Formats: sequence, structure tokens, C-alpha cells
Amino acid sequence: MKRKLPRSVEEFMAYAWAMEVEAAERYAELAEQMGTHHNAEVADLFARLARIEGKHRDQIMEQMGWAQPPDTGAFHWDTPEGPETTDYGDLHYLMKPYHALKLAEHNERRAAEFFEHLAASKVPAGVRAAAVEMAEEEREHVRLIQEWLAKYPEPEAGWDEDLDPPQGAD
Amino acid sequence: MTEPLTHADFKSDIKPVWCPGCGDFGVVNAMTKALAKLALRPENVAVVSGIGCSSRIPAYTSCYGFHGVHGRALVAGAGLKLARPDLTVIVTGGDGDGYSIGGNHFLHACRRNVDMTYIVMDNRVYGMTKGQPSPTTEPDWDSKLSPDGTGLREFLPMVIALASGANFIARAFTGDPNGLADVIVRAVRHPGFSFVEVLSPCVTFRPEQREWKKMVRPDALKPTSDIARATRRLMRDDGFDLGVLFAGERRPFEPRGLRGSKPVAELAARFAI
Repeated sequence: MKRKLPRSVEEFMAYAWAMEVEAAERYAELAEQMGTHHNAEVADLFARLARIEGKHRDQIMEQMGWAQPPDTGAFHWDTPEGPETTDYGDLHYLMKPYHALKLAEHNERRAAEFFEHLAASKVPAGVRAAAVEMAEEEREHVRLIQEWLAKYPEPEAGWDEDLDPPQGAD
Repeated sequence: MTEPLTHADFKSDIKPVWCPGCGDFGVVNAMTKALAKLALRPENVAVVSGIGCSSRIPAYTSCYGFHGVHGRALVAGAGLKLARPDLTVIVTGGDGDGYSIGGNHFLHACRRNVDMTYIVMDNRVYGMTKGQPSPTTEPDWDSKLSPDGTGLREFLPMVIALASGANFIARAFTGDPNGLADVIVRAVRHPGFSFVEVLSPCVTFRPEQREWKKMVRPDALKPTSDIARATRRLMRDDGFDLGVLFAGERRPFEPRGLRGSKPVAELAARFAI
């Protein structure tokens, strides 16, 4: 976050909610992109990640007892996007589930670091406790993704070779 | 009271066919966020484009759209804005469409200063036609279609825009959709012709552009209304400084004589031979 730190647990959870919203929306977009390019395996995986992040988003709403989404219009991330959001530029149309999960692992790690940084900042005790809890949750997500990753060995070199590449001159 | 719209309300059901990793996804994201922030309605916005990968954007929004002729998007956009000044007109396209085929229209659109926003997704290559060098391609870019490079110096869009009279000039990066959305909001709000140069990597033909995210400098440009100052700033620009360069005070163009609620017969009489 830029310029201001959360002053209350309510405000802090609004940021956490915004992070999950952005991450879920992006995964859903990436699933569509991969689906358009007939990479069904990775499309399914991104769709699954979108559902997981969506569940986290809904859990925050429920936990906070919010009937309406919080107003997050007044704050900006310090980074270009939220810490859990995949960069559009990190995709490849031939990518494998391994690559998608590596991106997810990277995102979860960044989210954990974000909350750890907040917990170490000058914030009220309640916010610090909430940040520590969220950081632990994100670390747990890193572990879960790593378990998931174990099912997909790293693809051999040449995974991105295309016999009919788009950049071939006709 | 009308419910406020979210960025999702400005997206259409058509799925983009761009390559995964393409920077243009970030532009749709930013544009729709900007329109929501501006509290506009899709029916009051027209997105006009030319030809090329990036010119597909009108189909991906729920606004009115016009996918026009190669290089002529600005002409269609200006005509629309003059006929329907109540609409917010956003013209979109790429570097080939805007600076080569439409290069002449670009500088005259800057000069004319019609109140609209022009967003150019610059990837320094013609992507849709398989990777030919565009006006903004580096002279030494070596490819199958341009062995050893073209040897031609690059077209400098911001320099041309400033010299030609654009009233608002900015540069943004697709890797920062939220920052780009803020720039688009400012561009749309600023009266007159607003030009937003967007660095939008082509990961298929220019995979090295994935490095742009490490090269851009956010907020390096600070807005000024002083043309001389903006010109001096551009003298030390390497193409990766982001922000608003120029926010001028020229009055937007308004046609004289043909506007307003004149009866058709009266207008027709003026053209009678």
C-alpha cells in the first residue's frame, strides 16, 4: 500500500479482501486466455485457482460480517498490482500446469511477505495480530501449492517449441 | 438513482484472441477500470479503432464501438465527437496503425485538438501481420523480416504529439493496469486531444519486451503546461519514463457555423450550387 497504513482491523481486512478479489479476477481472465488458445489443462488449473481465491474473498466477507463489499477506492498498492495478482506478461500459450503453479506459488509467497511487512510496520496491535494471522495463512497456501506442484515435474527444455510457430514467416 | 457500474460492466462477453502474455490485456483492464472510475455509462462512450491486434479493443468492451479503416481511426473518432459532443470518444490502436498508416492523421488530430482521447498500444512491431518493423522499431532490431535491422531512426510519438499541439500527453505501461487506469482517467477528463502512449509488450514477436517491466520508471514524468519545459524534458527521454508529460490549456476545437440546432434545410442551403 502506498502512503497510508491501515488504522483499523476493518480497514486492514478491506485491503486483504481487495487482494483476493484482484487475484481471483486475474486467474479467471487467465483461464479464459488459455481456453481461447486450447490449452485446456492450464485453463482448468487457472479456473481452479480463481475459485480458490474467490473462496478466500467470500470468507473475508463472512468473517467480517459485511453485507456489501468494502470501499477500497482510496488506496493504491505499492507495487503495480496486488501482491497476489499474476502479471499478464508471465504467460505463454504453451505453458504447462507446472508453470501455472510456479506462478501461483510466487503469488502466495508475495502475499505472505506483504502481510509480514505490514505486521512489522507501525500499525495498531489489532492490525498487527490480523496481519500475522494472514501471513501464516499465506505461508500455508505456499505449502499447499508446493504439494500440488509435486504432482507436476518440471517440463523438459523445449516445452515451448511449436512446429507451426506464429512467428514463422510464410 | 442509477447503480454505480464496476469495471466488469464495461467488458463485453467476447473473449480476446490475443496471445497469452500480450500487453493489450492490461489495456482492456485499465480502460474498463477508468470508465468505471469516471462514472460513465457504456451507452455514452464510443471506442473507435483502426486495424491491428490492439484495434480489436472495441469488441471487448460493452461501449459503442467502431472497428474502422487502417490508420483512419482518428478521423472516424473526430467526426463522431463533432457530431455527438455528448459522447466520450476513445480512439485506440497500435504503433503501425497510428504512426505509419495513420501518421498524417495523428499529427493533424493533435493540431486540431478535438476533445477525445487517443490510446496507442506501442509494441514496436506489426504483430498481426507476423512481425514486420513498425515506425517505432529500433533501427538495429534484427529479425527474419528485417535482417540486421532497418537502419531507420525511430518515430518519436511524444515529440510529434507535443510539436503538433496535443493538449495532454502521457506515457504508461500495461504491466501497471491500475496506474494506466489513472492516466486514462486524467486523459479523458482533460479538455482537448489527449494522447496516451502505452508501452504494451508483444511477447510473440518481441519476447525481449518482457524485460520492459524492469526498465520502466513510474512517475518519472511530471505534468507541465509549459511547452518549452516539456520539450526540454523530452530531450532526455529514453522511452521508458512514465507519467504525464504535458497538460496544456488550449481550447478544444469546435466547428464554427455548422453546430447547434439549425434546421437541415438551412444547412442544405449553404451547400446549394
